Amino acid sequence: MSEEQSSPAPAEEAAQAPVDEASGAFTFSEEREARFQEIVRRYPTAESAIMPTLWLCQDEWGWLRPGMPEWVAHRLGVSLTRVYELITFYTMYYTEDPGRHNLQVCRNVSCHLMGAPRLVDHLRKRLGIEVGQTSPDGRWRLEVVECLGACGYGPMMQVGKRYYEHLTPEKVDALIEEWSKSE
Amino acid sequence: MSETPKILLGNIGVEDSHTLAVYRSRGGYTALEKALRGLEPRQVLETVKDSGLRGRGGAGFPTGVKWGFVPQDSGKPVYFLVNADESEPGTFKDRAILDFDPHLMIEGTILSSYAVNSHDAYIYIRGEYGWLVDRVQTAVDEAYEAGLLGKDILGSGYDLELIVHKGAGAYICGEETGLINSLEGRKGQPRIKPPFPAVVGFLGAPTVVNNVETVAAVPWILNHGADAYRAVGTEKSPGTKLFSLSGPVKRPGVYEVPLGLPLRELIFGEDYGQGMVQGIELKACIPGGSSVPVLTAEESMRAKLDYESLAEVGTMLGSGGAIVIGDDAKMPEVLKVILQFYHHESCGQCTPCREGTGWLDMILDRMLAGEGRPDDLELIERLCQNMAGTTICVLADAAVMPARSFIAKFKEEFEALLPQGEEPEDFVPMARAAEDWH
Repeated sequence: MSEEQSSPAPAEEAAQAPVDEASGAFTFSEEREARFQEIVRRYPTAESAIMPTLWLCQDEWGWLRPGMPEWVAHRLGVSLTRVYELITFYTMYYTEDPGRHNLQVCRNVSCHLMGAPRLVDHLRKRLGIEVGQTSPDGRWRLEVVECLGACGYGPMMQVGKRYYEHLTPEKVDALIEEWSKSE
Repeated sequence: MSETPKILLGNIGVEDSHTLAVYRSRGGYTALEKALRGLEPRQVLETVKDSGLRGRGGAGFPTGVKWGFVPQDSGKPVYFLVNADESEPGTFKDRAILDFDPHLMIEGTILSSYAVNSHDAYIYIRGEYGWLVDRVQTAVDEAYEAGLLGKDILGSGYDLELIVHKGAGAYICGEETGLINSLEGRKGQPRIKPPFPAVVGFLGAPTVVNNVETVAAVPWILNHGADAYRAVGTEKSPGTKLFSLSGPVKRPGVYEVPLGLPLRELIFGEDYGQGMVQGIELKACIPGGSSVPVLTAEESMRAKLDYESLAEVGTMLGSGGAIVIGDDAKMPEVLKVILQFYHHESCGQCTPCREGTGWLDMILDRMLAGEGRPDDLELIERLCQNMAGTTICVLADAAVMPARSFIAKFKEEFEALLPQGEEPEDFVPMARAAEDWH
């Protein structure tokens, strides 16, 4: 995936695309551009459209690459401060590559009671990385996160959009095997 | 006792219950038709008020009364926001509705919006529920296509736009004014009340924020009437409530419970948790999500699940997140997990909370590392005094309530972590030092 998309921008976009060298130029896929236009049309203020636009960027490019906050600010006509304020306050916007498989294990009460610490230990050893680290090859990342609303089905983890529940060391080993093969 | 009606989970377990076709085949959207064709908004509001339905997000405020605070002559639009930012530890009930019955929530949202004369509604779903955002969006799209949302709903002349908004990972956005700020494109930091959102809310306009479970009860109430709803539960806590049961019980999960049910029944009853897993005894229970005071096993055996009865035993119903703690758990460790959560989630704008949650977390940390100081429990209590009731929202209190109750009820476990014997000569008592200043 390249940071700069090669497809030509529509005429009206071209006028507002790159702000300066540092901010780069990004182009949504046609489908996401249509969704972006819908967001701009439906949300009552430009500021209220920042969060959904950041999500669109992350859906398209995986994480918020250098220059992207500037690009979002420019496209919405909002100040860069407002964009950064949200990126830094909310935990789910990534300004660095979260790795291809980002394993987020819940550490909160119910999961803790059901054995989350043991699961985290197992994953640390299995993947050879510490919590908060990405493996040098960029394939794996291990995070512990707060309550994901799966308290009755713990211990559990989130990988991408999916929840994996009722986990045991054997189950996560099988998942890791499966993901390793599918690459 | 007659069978408790399934007001909220009636469609769960039915194949494809999340689709419009199945929802309709089971009587879905009939309440909406009835209301839009025959009832004035005021009548919908009065029916909900009469039903005694109380907010299911945690505060338990009467829903109809909250709706009644919305001025109808402000000259501004009225906004209706559904709080699906479910993130109180131990709570996973709204997820059941979002996943398996999104149309129930949507119908409830339309009815509720109609009741307060709103034409702009939002469903704010926590970002981690990414697949549920997709699920709800699909249902909303179906509803638009069927003429249940948008302009002139069911030919009634009533218009409603509904936007599904995805959060991005911040517990505090579940607080209603934090949610409003977030939706405006700001940090999710709560606002000072008053003014209350009903008067000055989203974009400065009158706004109602209701929990998913609250709006999901509205279609049933309109179909069956306020009296039928009042016939369930207790006099002051009518209706049913979803409880999320977690911890080492045989059958954890989400249960629809008539308010007033004994907590013992939820944990041990055949229809509910079916008791503790083999080899573990009940030690404690947090009945309403991690922010409410913990109950000992003995208290849990006599507590009843309604707002008033739980207040009598010194705790709260909260979000209905019942976390069962077994005798294999160490209470200081459980408290540490809870406090580290509130530390992590403090939005940072009020000093007592930002600093206090950090200190509580740090003190528990050092106690568990064998580095506790002789007056640490005293210091925790002094911190709690400075945090409780001194901040814009109740996140600080949400850390104080477990801290105080865990230590009060399981004191010996905490004391065992403190250094025993004589105080070291160079020891400066921090809790008492602060007092000397005055």
